[in-house]
Amino acid sequence: MMLLQYAVMRFATMLLTLWVVSILVFVIINLPPGDYLSNQIAELRATGQAEGVAKAEFLRREYALDRPIWEQYLIWAGFAPGPQGFFGLIQGNFGWSFEFDRPVAEIVGDALWLTVLVNLAAVIFVYVVALPLGVLAAAKSETWVDYTAGFVGYLGLATPNFLLALMLFYYGHKYFDLPIGGLMAPAFEGQPMSWPKVKSILVHLIVPTFVIGTSGAAAMMQRLRANMLDELSKPYVETAIAKGMKPSKMLRKYPLRMAFNPFVADLGNLLPAMVSGSVLVSVVLGLQTIGPYLLTALKSQDQFLAAFVLMFVALLTLIGTMISDLLLVLLDPRIRMGARD
Amino acid sequence: MPLLDVSSLSIAFGNAPPVVDGVGFRVDRGETLALVGESGSGKTLTCRAVLRILPAAAQLRAGSIRYRSGHSDCDILTATPKTLRSLRGDRISMIFQEPMRSLSPLHRLGNQVAEVLHLHRSISGAQARRLVLAQFERVGFPDPERAWSSYPFEMSGGMRQRAMIAMAVISRPDLLIADEPTTALDVTTQAQVLGLIKDLQRETGMAVILVTHDLGVVANMADSVVVMNKGRVMESGRAMDILGAPAHGYTAKLFAAAPVIPATAAPAAARPVSADPILDIRNVTKSFTMKTGRWRKPFVVTACRDITLTLPRGRTLAVVGESGSGKTTCARVALGAVKPDPGGEVLFRAAPGSVPIRVHDMDAAQRRHFQRAAQMVFQDPYSSLSPRMRVVSALCEPMEIHGIGTRAEQREKAAEMVRMVGLSPDMLPRYPHAFSGGQRQRLSIARALTLDPSLLVCDEPTSALDVSVQDQILSLLEEIRDRAGLSYLFISHDLAVVSRIADDVAVMRGGVIVEQAPPDTLFYNPQHPYTKALIAARPDPDITRPINLDLVARGAGAPSSWPEMYRFEGTEAPALREVGSGHKVRCHA
Repeated sequence: MMLLQYAVMRFATMLLTLWVVSILVFVIINLPPGDYLSNQIAELRATGQAEGVAKAEFLRREYALDRPIWEQYLIWAGFAPGPQGFFGLIQGNFGWSFEFDRPVAEIVGDALWLTVLVNLAAVIFVYVVALPLGVLAAAKSETWVDYTAGFVGYLGLATPNFLLALMLFYYGHKYFDLPIGGLMAPAFEGQPMSWPKVKSILVHLIVPTFVIGTSGAAAMMQRLRANMLDELSKPYVETAIAKGMKPSKMLRKYPLRMAFNPFVADLGNLLPAMVSGSVLVSVVLGLQTIGPYLLTALKSQDQFLAAFVLMFVALLTLIGTMISDLLLVLLDPRIRMGARD
Repeated sequence: MPLLDVSSLSIAFGNAPPVVDGVGFRVDRGETLALVGESGSGKTLTCRAVLRILPAAAQLRAGSIRYRSGHSDCDILTATPKTLRSLRGDRISMIFQEPMRSLSPLHRLGNQVAEVLHLHRSISGAQARRLVLAQFERVGFPDPERAWSSYPFEMSGGMRQRAMIAMAVISRPDLLIADEPTTALDVTTQAQVLGLIKDLQRETGMAVILVTHDLGVVANMADSVVVMNKGRVMESGRAMDILGAPAHGYTAKLFAAAPVIPATAAPAAARPVSADPILDIRNVTKSFTMKTGRWRKPFVVTACRDITLTLPRGRTLAVVGESGSGKTTCARVALGAVKPDPGGEVLFRAAPGSVPIRVHDMDAAQRRHFQRAAQMVFQDPYSSLSPRMRVVSALCEPMEIHGIGTRAEQREKAAEMVRMVGLSPDMLPRYPHAFSGGQRQRLSIARALTLDPSLLVCDEPTSALDVSVQDQILSLLEEIRDRAGLSYLFISHDLAVVSRIADDVAVMRGGVIVEQAPPDTLFYNPQHPYTKALIAARPDPDITRPINLDLVARGAGAPSSWPEMYRFEGTEAPALREVGSGHKVRCHA
């Protein structure tokens, strides 16, 4: 019951945060002087293309870029009626991309769920790799197991992602016949979902998951190892040994449970780091995620596209933190009951 | 044939000389053996070797630990991990010092205790539950069902230790090892927990190895005693003999140092109280608004209520109480660290007859002035000195903050203070880790003295120290007080420590003063049931004077269980009444 209450409350605060984020995003994007269209109009005027200017002027009015910034925000978010009435983010209109001359929704459509897919795969990879390695490194601390795990981890942290990507592509293709670039075979692009398409996506996912996840997994593993080592020196571990428990079972039941908290809490930080960190990787690997779009949009001041991508990343982050908060409440009675001990 | 036979046990770290060196003793069935020693004596390592729960770096150099019981006969030091596991928790079990940290905070008590049964017996969940509930009831949980589904952090320290005991005895072991089982507990709780261990021992016939530094606990519990110092056995034998007439010099020294509540003689006439109070605490109440949980309403906790205390110049006023009694809040209010609720006043007179500083309502300038005149000595000398600062910097820092003297003068003063606390000035360039606990406490006293204060608030200054060191620190404090004309507000949980140094003692319980008197009067003629319980619970290093558990139980319970005359009505306590010269008791007329 209390948990449900908490979840509802947590969801409400998430919406509130999202609202504040939307203001920040909009303000920051509008900080540089001018906008995409005024830049374009200036350029058209300079080259004497009058009909283009008329279209651009029309678009400026159509997207209310001629109004004060706070009005622009209200219209973009959907809190106030624009030239087309109430038609903003809330109503499901993501705006217009001037650079691509198409609605934002159309451009990012596929990229959205591919982004979610790639990053989800990477997050799962991070946890699946970091959990056993971190625990093993702590349990066998200062033995060759620990040193090897640490070495591999630091190697993962230190290698630039794009370099790793190129290397994996080369060797993956050479020895395992893994495809190079993209998230599916070109033949399936724009096709409806089918079993061969799913298979193609899964095969294409292998290298990106590995590339995006490695450094995160290495960092997570080191944190888990440090947390576990802290926990292993606590008296309750001795109590468990004095009961006659087997070391492996003892590890799983007591210190791991305790070391799990920071592990879960990291979920929220992991998502944005991956989305923004994987921009370069996406460019190098030719992944159709929203990373490359964000890069283009920011370079050309394509404000609605940029704003939407930023909002989307923020939403992912907020969902990530919400999930980790709810999990923590489920996992730790001290948080649930507000104890200080 | 003994149950456990430890012979010439040696344990060492790395290449260093052994920290446990040739230790041997025997434990018979049903017997209680006390392993006594100060910190660093090797007593804890010795008892842990019996279960082979040693730090990874510890090396067992030599010796054997032979365990013989009905169907098993083995040397624990060479036993296989499997044999060890079958002994641990089942035949030999252990209780640790810190009940707060020895239980997993994430698992329910029932789960943690029942686990022992599941590990060693093939038993169904329902059967285990029944056994655990019965055991919970036996160790004194008023509501075993609730204890079963509680988390450790929902319980007090005493209750957690009871849960630990339940866990240790549920499998009816042959041997229970208790490593300082009551050191972290209040005296009245300690008395009850010791009583419980004794009762359980009588019922199950188990042997107990009790590791402790407290000779009072030994006198109350032990059949035989092993006294250890620096890894070696100094003396061992029947408790009766050793406690009656210690043969070894070290044992005799330990006895001499043990703080004792003095044998009660009729009090001398009270010394006339000077009309020059240095600190005047009037009607101080301090309440805190607590927010627990995200959704529960905040509630108000009154840490101390209507405290009125006067500290005459040059004297020592002791505030005694157990955890949660409000004594620390009292000290913090006196130092101006927290503001009392409106209506309370704290007045401080730096010099006789001067205009008092209103500590409860100071401006920045007054605060600076007050901070020079009132200093604090903390409980834990290990954490109150920064490990990254040389001693000389730590001692000069207060003077730097207050801009007193040149650098050379500050160093000169630091050297003088170090001499005053009995250390040598050439220790100044060292870091704190180079000093023992007692030396560190001397240093923190020296630091408090560098500003030439007139008032020293001592918050349990000896409770983290070994008894022999405790004794030295108390002597030092007395000497400094008389030499420099200091006044002490002395916070403690230990009546025996207080009896020695205080001129006036206020006993606190549940945020109020229940009795106040000079120590002689208080020990000769305690009136309040709680004071009586505190005195009775203090274990005496005298085997002929065991703890009177009835007296403890009568006074240590909730204020609503006290006799009619002293009972609180709801939160309304009776008034503090003067029953003799300087002797006040909170009771109904």
